[in-house]
Amino acid sequence: MAFEGLSGRLQSIMSKLRGKGKVTEADVKEAMREIRLALLEADVNFKVVKTFIDRVKERAIGQEVLKSLTPGQQVVKVVNEELTELMGGQESKLAVASKPPTIIMMVGLQGAGKTTSSAKLARLLSKQNKKPLLVAADIYRPAAIKQLEVLGEQLGVLVFSLGDKENPVKIAQAGIEKAKKEQFDTVLIDTAGRLHVDEQMMDELRGVRKVAEPDEILLVIDAMTGQDAVNVAESFHREMELTGVILTKLDGDTRGGAALSVKAVTNCPIKFVGMGEKADALEPFHPDRMASRILGMGDVLSLIEKA
Amino acid sequence: MSFFSKLKESVAKRTESVTQKFVSGLSKTSSNLVGAMGSIFTGRSKIDEDLYEELEEVLIGADVGVPTTMHLVERLRQEVKARKIKEPSELQLVMSELIAELLEDDDEPSLQLNQDGMSIILFVGVNGVGKTTTIGKLAHKLKQEGKKVILAAGDTFRAGAIEQLETWGTRAGVDVIKQQAGSDPAAVIYDAIQAAKARQAEVLLCDTAGRLQNKVNLMEELKKVFRVVQREVPDAPHEVLLVLDATTGQNAMQQAKTFGQAVNVSGIVLTKLDGTAKGGIVIAIRHELDLPVKWIGLGEKADDLQPFDKEQFLHALFQEED
Ligand SMILES: Nc1nc2c(ncn2[C@@H]2O[C@H](COP(=O)(O)OP(=O)(O)OP(=O)(O)O)[C@@H](O)[C@H]2O)c(=O)[nH]1
Ligand SMILES: Nc1nc2c(ncn2[C@@H]2O[C@H](COP(=O)(O)OP(=O)(O)OP(=O)(O)O)[C@@H](O)[C@H]2O)c(=O)[nH]1
Ligand SMILES: [Mg+2]
Ligand SMILES: [Mg+2]
Repeated sequence: MAFEGLSGRLQSIMSKLRGKGKVTEADVKEAMREIRLALLEADVNFKVVKTFIDRVKERAIGQEVLKSLTPGQQVVKVVNEELTELMGGQESKLAVASKPPTIIMMVGLQGAGKTTSSAKLARLLSKQNKKPLLVAADIYRPAAIKQLEVLGEQLGVLVFSLGDKENPVKIAQAGIEKAKKEQFDTVLIDTAGRLHVDEQMMDELRGVRKVAEPDEILLVIDAMTGQDAVNVAESFHREMELTGVILTKLDGDTRGGAALSVKAVTNCPIKFVGMGEKADALEPFHPDRMASRILGMGDVLSLIEKA
Repeated sequence: MSFFSKLKESVAKRTESVTQKFVSGLSKTSSNLVGAMGSIFTGRSKIDEDLYEELEEVLIGADVGVPTTMHLVERLRQEVKARKIKEPSELQLVMSELIAELLEDDDEPSLQLNQDGMSIILFVGVNGVGKTTTIGKLAHKLKQEGKKVILAAGDTFRAGAIEQLETWGTRAGVDVIKQQAGSDPAAVIYDAIQAAKARQAEVLLCDTAGRLQNKVNLMEELKKVFRVVQREVPDAPHEVLLVLDATTGQNAMQQAKTFGQAVNVSGIVLTKLDGTAKGGIVIAIRHELDLPVKWIGLGEKADDLQPFDKEQFLHALFQEED
């Protein structure tokens, strides 16, 4: 499971604190040093780590915490709250247009999981008795359209394509027109992977956004991404005004630092997480539950829901 | 002669276009790592703890990773002491030497090919890193060198994977051996080996499905593919290349360890180095893993694959220096 390594580290730091009857400023500082290292090793962006540590330190060294009856517990509580905040606070749902169709655009680096996530979202919407249309706007990657068509067929969701000779702006436009005419209520636009520093390709995305006027622009990002996650997220956000994030491949054993960084720099909520390659492996993201899971404080809510 | 001019001189002997590819591909890494180190060193009047701490942050921020960063900073402290360095501005040179030291060449050729008979190369890695694309690029390269190449569509799982490889095969003008989607990958590879023997191919490049290294059953499936290759051709596979995405953080180490144990990885292909600011992972890989980086991917086109060249890499990193 993702986060495992980070979780183990943080839990042992926390349990040391929790066990203490009396906590000094030095104890907190020592714990913060260890937490800093654990977060850095988990690929949390170093600037994000710095801010996080400063915030926790400031709150934890406050008099009411250290003078309280259970200072260790209080510090752990502060860490938990700040971690939850770092990951976005509350669960954030998919936007729905007041006048259908709702338009969702998927963007991100090469190989992040845009096409797979588009299919997963289409499945989710179908399950909710909605009628989604997948639009194949990746004209570059070999067999990208074929990939989406195969996935659409498996799910019984229609895939709109104009082949790879038309430009993506035109494809998006035509796809949306079709959706309006044929009463599709959601349009999912799969775009080609691109580097955030590729100006020409980012320009193309802006073109698509202009004609599509999306209700959601979701950045699809690989949970294994390293320190560059924040630059990627910042650039896509600056160019595209993202509305949310899908974090993929969380079924791996990554320590998941990207998850903790991306929200912090874009202030865009993580809406879903990808938990596998199959179409049903998409879950809504609950920052509070994830934070308590990482800190080993029991993921009671999720367990109750599963039962 | 100084470190930088030596580097420049030896790089000058290389093809200009290749040098250009390295320089432009790594320009982000260069400004992010070397540029940032430079501003620490020039912006300070003395070498103190704050300087070391900032340096740590720059290195970690470039994906050099905590263990390698700690190692480099410790080595820098030693050098400062040994050489009695007082001026921060002298540290850039020391750091470049230390990084060069980590990248120490092991003179491995970019591909270990069987000189008389067929060579089999297996491509493995987690999802979406660039295995199929790298095979397409390498097929193109080998074909240009006049070799007879065949591709094996061993990813039978991902939607459109076979068609993707076929497109690359057509581009490079090489045959692709495939079965239907969903069939047993080991059977596809077996077929491809027989076909490659019959057609007297010199190189067989085998694609495999992306898999996360913690998926035990998928790793078992990969081992089975590996065993088929071993059984059918003596000394094969001649290379098992682990494809790593340069944007990946420290999980890359875990990938290398687990894939290494499962299928005897012989080298690394590092993709998507173009544009990312994170070539630092190369340094971490060299320090923490006993695996050569053999190729690097610098784009999505057929000719965007380069043999990893330590001097080119260093030159591109330290291009601003002199
Ligand atoms: N294990 C796992 N694999 C995933 C997940 N999401 C996507 N993948 C895999 O990641 C690889 C890349 O996914 P794609 O959907 O093709 O990614 P993309 O962003 O569309 O890629 P490009 O179009 O090339 O930019 C495929 O092998 C997918 O099966 C996930 O949540 N978990
Ligand atoms: N910018 C850039 N993109 C690359 C590079 N190598 C591969 N890609 C892109 O990365 C995406 C994924 O590449 P694939 O070759 O499909 O990756 P894969 O490892 O075969 O993926 P799966 O089979 O799904 O596991 C595609 O959009 C490629 O065009 C590279 O060196 N630079
Ligand atoms: Mg795609
Ligand atoms: Mg592939």
